[in-house]
Amino acid sequence: MKRIGVFVCGCGINIAKTVDVKKVVEEIGHYPGVVYATDYQYMCSDPGQKMIQEAIEREHLDGIIVAACSPTLHEFTFRRASEAVGLNPYQCEIANIREQCSWVHQDKEIATAKAIKITKSIIEKERLNDSLSPISVFMTRRALVIGGGIAGIQAALDIADSGYEVILVEKEPSIGGHMAQLSETFPTLDCSQCILTPKMVEISHHPKIKLLAYSEVVNVGGYVGNFNVKILKKPRYVKEDLCNNCGECFKVCPVVVPNEFERGLGSRYAIYIPFPQAVPSICTIDADACLGLFPLACNKCKEVCEPNAVDYDMKPEIIEETVGAIVVATGYDLLPSEELKEYGNGRNPDIIDGLHFERLLSASGPTQGVIRRPSDGKVPKEVVFVQCAGSRDPEKHLPYCSKFCCMYTAKHALLYKHRVPDGQPYIFYIDVRTAGKGYEEFYHRVSEQEGVVYLRGKVSKIFQDGDGLMVWGVDTLTGKKVEITADMVVLATGAVPAEGSKKLFANLKLACDENGFLSEAHPKLRPVESLTPGFFLAGAAQGPRDIPETVAQAGGAASKVIGMFSQEMLLHDPIVAVVDENLCSGCKICISACPYDAREFDEEKNIVRVNELLCEGCGACVAACPSGATQQQNITDDQIREMVKVVLGE
Amino acid sequence: MAKLKVALYWAASCGGCEISILDIGAKILDFVAGAEIVFWPCAMDFKYHHVEAMPDGSIDLTLFNGAIRTSENEYMAKLFRRKSKVLVAYGSCAYEGGIPGLANVTDREGIFKRVYDTTPSTKNPKGIRPQTKTKVPEGELRLPEFYDTVKTLAQTVDVDYFVPGCPPTGERTWEVLEAILGNNLPEKGSVVGAGQKTVCDECPRTKNEKKIKAFVRPHLVIPDPDVCLLEQGIFCAGFATRDGCGAQCIQVNMPCRGCYGPPPKVIDQGAKIVSALGSIIDAEEPEEINRILDQIPNPIGYFYRFGLPYSILRRRVIK
Ligand SMILES: Cc1cc2nc3c(=O)[nH]c(=O)nc-3n(C[C@H](O)[C@H](O)[C@H](O)COP(=O)(O)OP(=O)(O)OC[C@H]3O[C@@H](n4cnc5c(N)ncnc54)[C@H](O)[C@@H]3O)c2cc1C
Repeated sequence: MKRIGVFVCGCGINIAKTVDVKKVVEEIGHYPGVVYATDYQYMCSDPGQKMIQEAIEREHLDGIIVAACSPTLHEFTFRRASEAVGLNPYQCEIANIREQCSWVHQDKEIATAKAIKITKSIIEKERLNDSLSPISVFMTRRALVIGGGIAGIQAALDIADSGYEVILVEKEPSIGGHMAQLSETFPTLDCSQCILTPKMVEISHHPKIKLLAYSEVVNVGGYVGNFNVKILKKPRYVKEDLCNNCGECFKVCPVVVPNEFERGLGSRYAIYIPFPQAVPSICTIDADACLGLFPLACNKCKEVCEPNAVDYDMKPEIIEETVGAIVVATGYDLLPSEELKEYGNGRNPDIIDGLHFERLLSASGPTQGVIRRPSDGKVPKEVVFVQCAGSRDPEKHLPYCSKFCCMYTAKHALLYKHRVPDGQPYIFYIDVRTAGKGYEEFYHRVSEQEGVVYLRGKVSKIFQDGDGLMVWGVDTLTGKKVEITADMVVLATGAVPAEGSKKLFANLKLACDENGFLSEAHPKLRPVESLTPGFFLAGAAQGPRDIPETVAQAGGAASKVIGMFSQEMLLHDPIVAVVDENLCSGCKICISACPYDAREFDEEKNIVRVNELLCEGCGACVAACPSGATQQQNITDDQIREMVKVVLGE
Repeated sequence: MAKLKVALYWAASCGGCEISILDIGAKILDFVAGAEIVFWPCAMDFKYHHVEAMPDGSIDLTLFNGAIRTSENEYMAKLFRRKSKVLVAYGSCAYEGGIPGLANVTDREGIFKRVYDTTPSTKNPKGIRPQTKTKVPEGELRLPEFYDTVKTLAQTVDVDYFVPGCPPTGERTWEVLEAILGNNLPEKGSVVGAGQKTVCDECPRTKNEKKIKAFVRPHLVIPDPDVCLLEQGIFCAGFATRDGCGAQCIQVNMPCRGCYGPPPKVIDQGAKIVSALGSIIDAEEPEEINRILDQIPNPIGYFYRFGLPYSILRRRVIK
């Protein structure tokens, strides 16, 4: 029988206040197999760990139980301490008598009895524990970054700068994301393009970065360290290596369509480049608009193209790559104004959203930076900005705060005032949230010195009224109804996960929150990792965030990737499912139950195996396996049964 | 070599197990060549007092079928235990409680009420119920006591081996008899005459990943003979049932009912069925899940058909 030692922690008074620690030690000391039991005030402290290590050596212990806090906190501490004196770390178990006992009880007697039961049940588990060692995994030291906004750009550059190869996949013809659309950025008002484009250029020239723009990830197989990625490269109908972006083709293209980059406020041709500084600097033919593709009705661009880059027969291409880590940086989109019925359904041209306004402000935008309203080009003299348009509205729209709107609305009002000094901006707000470095100061400047009128309250309705727009709202500070006749309204519509990301995340099997943003492994302690190993998160794909935060987080994700790549081998936790081949009958129920695709059918033997590198030890297949052939390492059915028996006092 | 003394007995059972011995066919001749039958109620005329008169331990092998539901069953179980060197729980009822074991969802009163009162064909205005003792002019008549709870043989006496099946198949029975005749016995307490895998291993149908959107009862459809019945929405217990039967039912388009009991590593067959089905029902919304589950009309009857007394549940709690 194993020689077991039990170490009961008082955790200051966290445990000792409600659990009679001495009594636990006394009772457990008599339990079969326990050869040593003691208590200490703080087991996790250095002296506490030392005490455990000495006891392991002195008493020749084969297994130890630390009755203390949740294993999520100190399991690692005690396992490392055990390993240091030669005890296999998987022979060290934690009995959680704090979160599951002392913290949830008041009656000392009941809590003590429960602590004893919990500890006994863990002793029963430990008795049947095997000694295990981590599984080593070879890794490919190359990263994939999905999404070429500022988050993806930053992450790609940071990883590439430390010497590892990066594949950057962007679905649009150019990288840059939303930051490329912004005019100036709060709170310092530096020109967005001026700080972004150097980074975009760096991407295009970096020897370690392979940029796949106008491409999408269609499938990811494999596991951390060894992902097999399939990327669909959409046809641009222009040969990348030949196009020199001379612009001759634009001059002859007969088709004019709204430009997405300008959010429809400007136009482009069917052959186009979204904006002058686009990276890669290559033209793209919009297949839906072009006349030349099917059927061949026009071939003007091909005729004028000197380098002979236009190729109407270009086909989609599937590119396969192996990578070790994946950074997901797919960003956000704005809630479509069509969903805001009370604010004109997105049908009124003079009710625009924040990104429209950025384009109106931009010197390279459709109006060269002159603020003109879309309907008639008139310079608007009264502009109403509506914050939280769709945000913080759990009944009708998005329950959460989109975080950057307070700041960009302040920025918008300020920049408007600079462009139209005799204009009057009004801002409707619920709260103004300006928790960022220099943000509060920026807000004060806007609200106090720049003649912007802040109105606390919600706008209930906006509708066309003659030449202008009637805005109905309430000022909740004075309790009065407010009516403003405006020339233009700017809605700070809430941010939502990027279009298509739901499908992508499901495809990658990444966990999302209830709003569709990516979930982090731990909201405080592992904010840039996904729960699925090998996936890292950057930028607004994880939730609305501004540029400074996005860049910091992208750097964090990059350094996680770099940290992973700098290890000699990847180690995989050996707590995985195992199959007894003599018992498995190949019914395949486990295959449907496994969320990680870790179950593989072996035709020859008619059994289903576990790919232990893919297995995350969730146990779903163990529960599902009707033959009992599948067991989870160190938490087998036999162990669970023994634990339950003790808890039920059998 | 002296012939082995062999006894067969039926307790709470349908009698099928006794007959199933004959499924070994012509081999019965080999069997009688090596064995002398000292008790076999369905085939030969012996009385209980014959057994009582035998010296303890004088029977080499007793194949005991049927569950323990009355005082008579219990008495005979204890008697045969005493008289036999090797006692085998033969068939699902002796091994796991079997179909009679489903009575554990109720108790004696519940059963009597139904049988002697409320069945449509019963007319019992005086409310007559069986008594253990009845006085008649000729003296006292006795009936065995009917227990509240059906037990397995092993819950009553020490058992050496277990042969599952309702009934065990002829081939498997012969294997067991051969092993015994050849004194080729496995470890005490083993399940014999069965495999280590599940019925899926013997089932010839093709199996795919399973996602179930609806259950359908077998008499309502004509199933595809080549595809896993469960995948066709027909509840088949084969995945959680020990193999050995040769997947006979499945080969004639009927789903496995689970009579060979849980596979070696499974403690509770019904619980395993529940967790396996729970893993393959293809629905997200609670209402949808409930709707699908409601298509299984009698879960305990389906999932614990042969093993309620043997399972962790054992019986409904009696207040
Ligand atoms: C009106 C407005 C004004 C703003 N002003 C400021 C400001 O002044 N200062 C500030 O700090 N912040 C500002 N922001 C916030 C800023 O836009 C974000 O912080 C920043 O864009 C987040 O960067 P990102 O890379 O995470 O996301 P994004 O910019 O959304 O980039 C995501 C990229 O991923 C690509 N992508 C999406 N899905 C896929 C896919 N499936 N496959 C491949 N690629 C994909 C997209 O095409 C895009 O290029 C403003 C936001 C708005 C709406």
